[in-house]
Amino acid sequence: MRTTWPVVSVVAISLLQVLGVVLGGPLLLGLMRKVRCRLEGRIGPPIRQPLLDLRKLTRRERTRPDQASWIFPFAPLVLVATTLVIAVIAPLLATDPGFGWSADLFAVVYLLLIGSVALALGGLDTGTAFGGMGASRAMTVGALSEPALLVAVLALSVPAHSSNVPTIITRSLSHPLWLATPGRLLALVAFMIVIVAESGRLPVDNPSTHLELTMIHEAMVLEYAGPDLALVKLGESMRLAVLFALFANLFIPWGIATAPGAGHLALGLVTTMAKVAALGVGLASFEVAVAKLRLFRVPELMAGAFVLSVLAVISALVVP
Amino acid sequence: MRLTTLARRWRAHPAAVPSPGPGPPAIQQAAGRNRGSLQLRHVDAGSCNGCELEIASIFSPVYDAERFGIRLEASPRHADGLLVTGPVTRNMADPLRKTLEAVPRPRVVVAVGDCARNCGVFRGAYGVEGSVADVVPVDLEIPGCPPDPATIITALRGLAGT
Amino acid sequence: MTGALLVATALLGLAASLAGAIAPGRIRTLLSSVLTIASCGFGLAVATEVLHTGHVAVVHTDRLLPLSGFSLMLDRFGALFVAVSAVVGICAMVFRLGYDGHGLSSRTASSVLPLFVTTLLLVPTAASVTTFLFLWELMAVSSLLLVLVDHRRRPEVQEAAQWYAVMTQFGAAALLLGLVLLATRTGGQSFAAIAAGSAHLPSWVKSSAFVLVVIGFGSKAGMVPLHVWLPRAHPEAPGPVSALMSAAMVNLGIYGIVRVGDGLLGGGPVWWWLLVMTLGALSALFGSLHSATSTDLKRLLAYSTTDNVGLMLLGVGASGLFASAGHQSLALVALAAALLHVVFHAVFKGSLFLTASSIQQATGTRDLDQLGGLLKRMPVTGSLFLVGGLSIAALPPLCGFVSEWLLLQAMLHGLPSSNPAIAVAMPIGVGVLALTGGLTALTFVKAAGIGLLGRPRTKPAAQAGEVHESMWIGAGVLATLCLVFGVAPFLVIPAVLDAARNVIGTHIPDPLVGGWQVGLSGIHGVLAPGLLGLGLLVAVSLVAGARRLVQRAAVRRTEAWGCGREVQTARMQYTATSFGEPLTRVFEDVLSPSHDLDVSHVAESRYYVEAATFHTSLNDGFERHLYRPAAGGLRWWGTIARRVPNGSVHRYLAFGLVALIVVLVVVA
Repeated sequence: MRTTWPVVSVVAISLLQVLGVVLGGPLLLGLMRKVRCRLEGRIGPPIRQPLLDLRKLTRRERTRPDQASWIFPFAPLVLVATTLVIAVIAPLLATDPGFGWSADLFAVVYLLLIGSVALALGGLDTGTAFGGMGASRAMTVGALSEPALLVAVLALSVPAHSSNVPTIITRSLSHPLWLATPGRLLALVAFMIVIVAESGRLPVDNPSTHLELTMIHEAMVLEYAGPDLALVKLGESMRLAVLFALFANLFIPWGIATAPGAGHLALGLVTTMAKVAALGVGLASFEVAVAKLRLFRVPELMAGAFVLSVLAVISALVVP
Repeated sequence: MRLTTLARRWRAHPAAVPSPGPGPPAIQQAAGRNRGSLQLRHVDAGSCNGCELEIASIFSPVYDAERFGIRLEASPRHADGLLVTGPVTRNMADPLRKTLEAVPRPRVVVAVGDCARNCGVFRGAYGVEGSVADVVPVDLEIPGCPPDPATIITALRGLAGT
Repeated sequence: MTGALLVATALLGLAASLAGAIAPGRIRTLLSSVLTIASCGFGLAVATEVLHTGHVAVVHTDRLLPLSGFSLMLDRFGALFVAVSAVVGICAMVFRLGYDGHGLSSRTASSVLPLFVTTLLLVPTAASVTTFLFLWELMAVSSLLLVLVDHRRRPEVQEAAQWYAVMTQFGAAALLLGLVLLATRTGGQSFAAIAAGSAHLPSWVKSSAFVLVVIGFGSKAGMVPLHVWLPRAHPEAPGPVSALMSAAMVNLGIYGIVRVGDGLLGGGPVWWWLLVMTLGALSALFGSLHSATSTDLKRLLAYSTTDNVGLMLLGVGASGLFASAGHQSLALVALAAALLHVVFHAVFKGSLFLTASSIQQATGTRDLDQLGGLLKRMPVTGSLFLVGGLSIAALPPLCGFVSEWLLLQAMLHGLPSSNPAIAVAMPIGVGVLALTGGLTALTFVKAAGIGLLGRPRTKPAAQAGEVHESMWIGAGVLATLCLVFGVAPFLVIPAVLDAARNVIGTHIPDPLVGGWQVGLSGIHGVLAPGLLGLGLLVAVSLVAGARRLVQRAAVRRTEAWGCGREVQTARMQYTATSFGEPLTRVFEDVLSPSHDLDVSHVAESRYYVEAATFHTSLNDGFERHLYRPAAGGLRWWGTIARRVPNGSVHRYLAFGLVALIVVLVVVA
């Protein structure tokens, strides 16, 4: 299954997607921070603040715990690399990016899992108590969110008879009524809960906490400094951007470029950015209103997401 | 949350914070490196927590230090420097040195409050080892007991370059 | 020609066994290992020949087993398993050359080990019930002897061997019943005769034979609830033996179920396959949960074998379900996915067990809570363990991901379906696969992170050194295959498809597209593992290059940040027990951990604590609730029954008379 679009378009789309994710990820985080601060009655940092932070971090010194092995500096590379590969092949702006025919939704899920595993190993390699704590908690939450995620993917794949992401999106566009079925809506909620868990946002994890004993994701990266820390932060923001973009295009696909051509591409870029920004604003507003869940309540939330996914599959079978 | 509350909050009105004048060359170099992004790790070396209360209030909606790109971090490895309060007690001398050692270079130390500068009212007390400058090299001092939040932010703006 | 190769395989194996028995100490290990490697090499040759050409190798002799003859027949399906056993056998024997196993260099072990390997190669070729049972029992007994190798040094080995002996004989008894039932009812004991006559059997015969066979083969494969011997026997066996058992012997359980269920009986009603899927799902969940909470490195791997066997059974069950509903090509895909998982599991589990044995030899312990920092002290072994672990967690670009993806696709494309069994079973199957996948990723991070990374927690771990080359070469070959098969699965998939087609039905067209992709023809579902691997490599290099460019100064090596505390020790790190603690809490009802806190106070005052001991243990739920009561019941029955033969001759004569009367009545 190869592409029928001209090679130049396809390469341009992939490059644009990568650029969009690399720059848009930090901007998305900045926008979410801005919305949160405004809702708290503050002005808050400028939207481009994460980019300023990254620029400064790349100029600082790299450190490494004396007992750590090569896994410690390697883990941030893997985190960013897996997200980059997803940004290249996944249909974020158009339905046929470079190698889009290989963008299987299960493959995307497992690629994201590699990133989590790499970071957990990096945390354990530091030889500190917090590294182990962060790794243990992150892997437990990840392991419990896998069933909800994969069954939600199944719920999306069943009507389209395929787990290939461009195929799912193309078929959603040609059957707009699919998107209002109960199965789809249940899968949407389950997906959202899993995205919150995987990217470490409230109510599962507070990304700006200073209390180490409440950290899940932050505890794994306490030892990274300078460019390594920049890679870790960039990787996190890229993950969130990619997850939001995929979510937006899977559930609200209108606007995605379905043909090569500058006009379609521009429309795709604008609509994807708008959708991702809207999702960011929505999540940030929600985060202001909730408190972080106790760690041992998170499995209950994941179990709830799993139940929703199973109901989504059943609905997809009954009401296709 | 009611919409009127939201609308009122959205139009934030923080207090005015004077911008810093040109500082000594070391601070100017730091500002040139940071260019709008400053993360500091706070260390309480033995303070009475008066300065902590002021530092807490610089991040409140009234003063909102975050709009200048200033943030506190949990790990010294993520920070550009230390924000130290209080005179350095005997038990906190080594931890303070270790914390500074953990900060990646180039790094700064900001001593907040009179106790950090010259032990303040605790000079000569039995548990105090000395001022912050006696234990680690200090790059910026913020006088006051406790210093006004606006003063603290102005000084930090000089480091952040905003 | 192929028949001659098969005979050569068997003879070389026997020669190796003989060499192990009579050769003097210095060359015993070398001679028997080399001859076993040669035997495996011939086995691999005949298997690849059969897989390639489809020609069936036949060997028959009436001399070896009186009354029934000894007949072997190697078709494509059996050849797949022979090839897998041969590759694992070669690597295990290479490993053994450098393995400092005290027990393995004795005469008994050196003569029994080649015998075990030979039976692993020959069981998939057995063509009659008697041959099969003979080889099966030989395999069981030889593996039992090998498990017992270290029993003088460690007392736990005896208990493990007892469990293994009882379970394996129980399974063999079930197998005997099932196969003999089929043989007597169809009037012939060769597999060909049974296959020909099975169409006319009444359904109760077929079903009871199938259930018995599932029990017998399932217990060998480590299927829940007959798995209890696996976490005891596999860890206690010496290194190469545990790799052979987990990577080659459990496959034969799957071989048997598919051979009898699909091959001999030609498929069956839906409830057969639902039973297989249920048992597979339970095995997968139970195995992955226990491996995620286990702190013994090899026990963790053994439970993971149960988990993977569960996934294979899910595939086999799904295949049978599809076949009974009429979706032939989907049945072929599901069976191919299960067989692909058999091959890949053998490769990565063999590698993991061999590296775990290396670690055990270098540090003297299997307890993860006492290891740490081994990646720096044993770089090669540690890296090989990482490769195997990434594979078991089904992460691209390694081989475990490809087989799991294919299984997911097979289950996905069964939906939507009008068949209620399929419509219910497939989503449950995907959920089970997802949960075990997540838990396996956690297990791998725990095993690799606690065992290999961070700081050494005890002195033996701090003083460990890299092992002998042949040990990491043996493990390294398997780990390399993990990587190669992960990016180029087209090397294996055609052979697996042919093997699956051989047992299900040869008229189904090829449903998988070839080349560098893995995909289902006619459906938009494609995986490009080679491309993913290449993409990851390029991306990692780009990012590493970018980091190097912006880097200002050299990396500063410094003490880890410990919140400024004075002393940081290795004991402050997380242990395997603490790593799995959140999971243990979440699944407390299933795992039922037991906690023991012992506090002793100072003599003068109750308020001062002198010493506190905390003991926590996780036991196998099936052992506690099923096997111990059963063993207790048997003991009670034995105690009662002991009172019957009380020494009185009159009573014994009465028994004889009653028995004679009963026989006369029944015969008449």
